[in-house]
Amino acid sequence: MIDILFYVFAAITLTSALLMVVSPNAVNSAMCMIVAFVGTAALFVLLEAYFLAVLQVLVYAGAVMVLFLFIIMLLDVDKETNQILKDKLTLSASIAGFALLVVLICSAFAGGQHLPETSLMPVMENPTGEGIGIPFTTSAKSFGYSLFTKYMLPFQVTGFLLLAGMIGVIVVSKKHSANS
Amino acid sequence: MTVGLNAFILVAGLLFAIGLLGVILRKNTLIIYMSLELMLNAVNLALVAFSRYNGTMDGNLFVFFIITVAAAEVALGLAIIVALFRLRQTVMVDQLTALSR
Repeated sequence: MIDILFYVFAAITLTSALLMVVSPNAVNSAMCMIVAFVGTAALFVLLEAYFLAVLQVLVYAGAVMVLFLFIIMLLDVDKETNQILKDKLTLSASIAGFALLVVLICSAFAGGQHLPETSLMPVMENPTGEGIGIPFTTSAKSFGYSLFTKYMLPFQVTGFLLLAGMIGVIVVSKKHSANS
Repeated sequence: MTVGLNAFILVAGLLFAIGLLGVILRKNTLIIYMSLELMLNAVNLALVAFSRYNGTMDGNLFVFFIITVAAAEVALGLAIIVALFRLRQTVMVDQLTALSR
């Protein structure tokens, strides 16, 4: 049952991602992108990362794509009409590169079944008790615990990055006055 | 669930390839930017799959940080695109060739 769900959600995600790339209308692209993000969130649920699935829907499918749609409608650029299909060289080069990449990925991971099962070596010495990693749980509590113990410094740096991004957006989008 | 790690990594790799195709193929800067987000998303999926099959939380925390950084990056990138549009009245990359002249 869960296997069928995986195939369904993977197909939805990949199809809408491909539709996003080939759709000539920018608004249609954004809509397909939202479907792709929600499909990825469903794959997160199948991997039992429920907190990240909620976060994916809230941040990516919610905030980020609303921002994208807002800018698309604000700029109103729909002049890219069939321009992709006219440029034969770009089209053929992209398709060829994409096909090469797909063949590479498929051969790398479909042929990987023959490899022997890797077994991790047991940890010989562990003086500080670190390095084993927090065991996988489905609760959001483990996120909070990890963020305030093992990943304290990256957490603070991320907060500072958000502040820097906010100030950067204000500076970039400010209208230049004549005397500055 | 009998679906293994390979299937998830295959889906993540294909998503990454589709994002790369979008970056190469499209002329609209906004679509290129959305394709970049798709590639980040593919990496997120791979990290969560590895984290789940490894049995540790670290991959999930990396995805948490990636989502945060991506949100900041989208805000700043779209501000840059709006500033570019205000300056040049276009967002098509084949018309933004000021550095090559």
